[in-house]
Amino acid sequence: MTLAASGLTLRRGKACVVTDLSAALEPGRITAICGPNGAGKSSLLSALAGLIPPADGRATIDGGDLAALAPRERARRIGYLPQLGEIAWDLSVRNLVALGGLPHGGPGPGHVEGALEAVHLTELADRPVSTLSGGERARALLARVFAGDPQWILADEPLAALDFYHQLEVLAALREAARLGRGVVLVLHDLALAMNHADRVLVLDQGRLHADAAPEDALSVGTIIEVWGVAARWLGEPGARALVTG
Amino acid sequence: MNRAALLFAALLLIAFPLSLLAGRVWIDPAATPNAMLILMELRLPRSVLAVIIGAGLGASGAAMQGYLRNPLADPGLFGIAPMAALGAVASLWFGFAASAWLLPLFALAGAGLAMALLALIAGRAGGIALFTLAGLMIASLAGALTALAITLSPNPFALSEIVMWLNGALTDRSWREVAIAAPLVALGIGALRLAARPLDALTLGADAARSLGVDMRALLWLLVLGIGLAVGASVAVAGIIGFVGLIVPHLVRPLTDRLPSSLIVPSALAGALLVLIADSIVRVLPLVSELRLGIALSLIGAPFFLMLLLRMRGEKL
Repeated sequence: MTLAASGLTLRRGKACVVTDLSAALEPGRITAICGPNGAGKSSLLSALAGLIPPADGRATIDGGDLAALAPRERARRIGYLPQLGEIAWDLSVRNLVALGGLPHGGPGPGHVEGALEAVHLTELADRPVSTLSGGERARALLARVFAGDPQWILADEPLAALDFYHQLEVLAALREAARLGRGVVLVLHDLALAMNHADRVLVLDQGRLHADAAPEDALSVGTIIEVWGVAARWLGEPGARALVTG
Repeated sequence: MNRAALLFAALLLIAFPLSLLAGRVWIDPAATPNAMLILMELRLPRSVLAVIIGAGLGASGAAMQGYLRNPLADPGLFGIAPMAALGAVASLWFGFAASAWLLPLFALAGAGLAMALLALIAGRAGGIALFTLAGLMIASLAGALTALAITLSPNPFALSEIVMWLNGALTDRSWREVAIAAPLVALGIGALRLAARPLDALTLGADAARSLGVDMRALLWLLVLGIGLAVGASVAVAGIIGFVGLIVPHLVRPLTDRLPSSLIVPSALAGALLVLIADSIVRVLPLVSELRLGIALSLIGAPFFLMLLLRMRGEKL
């Protein structure tokens, strides 16, 4: 039940966006991928979802190559939420969420309701998505991933559009998914959220894995200076940290 | 069958018998001499053909808009209709159209060539933007060659035939055209229905669709096949009939849950209804020579398209 990269190199056009990266992720935990803009976070997440073929190395699930899996089988096991939350047609929230069940030929019984509940959108289920706020839209799109009932949930910046309250609610839903044995992998820009809520943090810098450890170690003050070029320090207790500069 | 499909099926059931009676001469089955002969050999094949073509164009439009995630998309964007038209024009230019089978066969060959070119390009890359541009290039090339054929036309008769034919019509069509179009359009709509669920996934963008298990290349093949057969067969038997593929999915969309898969069958039925009604109207209009169906639909279509653009400025579709 591991999702792993070994010696993974990814290219976009001629540019090398991830270089020789190895990491094995376990289910039941929240793993955060952090790094400055252009560090290769989204590319790594796409490759772990089996959407970008490796230029070199392998991306594997349970030891088998992701590239060798049939698209539908891969889709049943890995749910992926891209950064751009595109919704082309003005569907109802319920129909949007139900799209998550497509790899199974339709959502399982109660999966749509469960997913809506997990992101607190039950009451808006019949609303057209065009009437939702940015945060509600982002939560509906995440619920779409939940509705597929995947073993792995890979989400690119799922918290960026959310207010503080809903960030915590969505993190609680993701934590619950992890507690039930799913693997959760998030690209996060907010280092404090990664510090306080992830079990493990991968720090990427220019396509290379700079750190891979528990948050307190991976996001040390030293790493933040080296990778982001910002002199900052952590305040507060473990689990309730705040990052401040100056 | 969803609500919209039932609605348009019911309307079609009402409109179809009326269309048989409508024409320059209104038929009273009890009184008109030779009523059965006129109905069976002239009006019935024409109405059946209107339904077949409308269904193919409507379903193709719905699939095309779903694929490009754009309510302004038209099946003509793939370049299949202009290439089919070029094939037909070539047969008229060379004077092959004397045999009634040759013109549709040339048109189908043109559609097939467009499909092959698209597949060749899709086999290399498969991105939606590149593919659409390729379709537009094929359309523009076919348009230029058609214009060239018109300017270099061997005699005034061929010229007039080409120009008349390009403005699609169902005048004097027989069971032969029905036999050509029906199986191809049916296969085409079948292929588009197979593409329905992947098109739903594409609502979330190409990356999300792939993560939901959609094979984008297979989807593209299905669409090229489905639209190629449906549109190619329509052009082969009726010439260019524009705007149906653009307008119909629009009229239907608000009546559905707006998922692309919910749109294909109702759009086929609504397209059939629209072409059937439009063809009945051009037959009834008291003009010296019958208004060409393609022209009539464009006359309705162009203002509609403009209205749509103006509405879209304020409102999400």
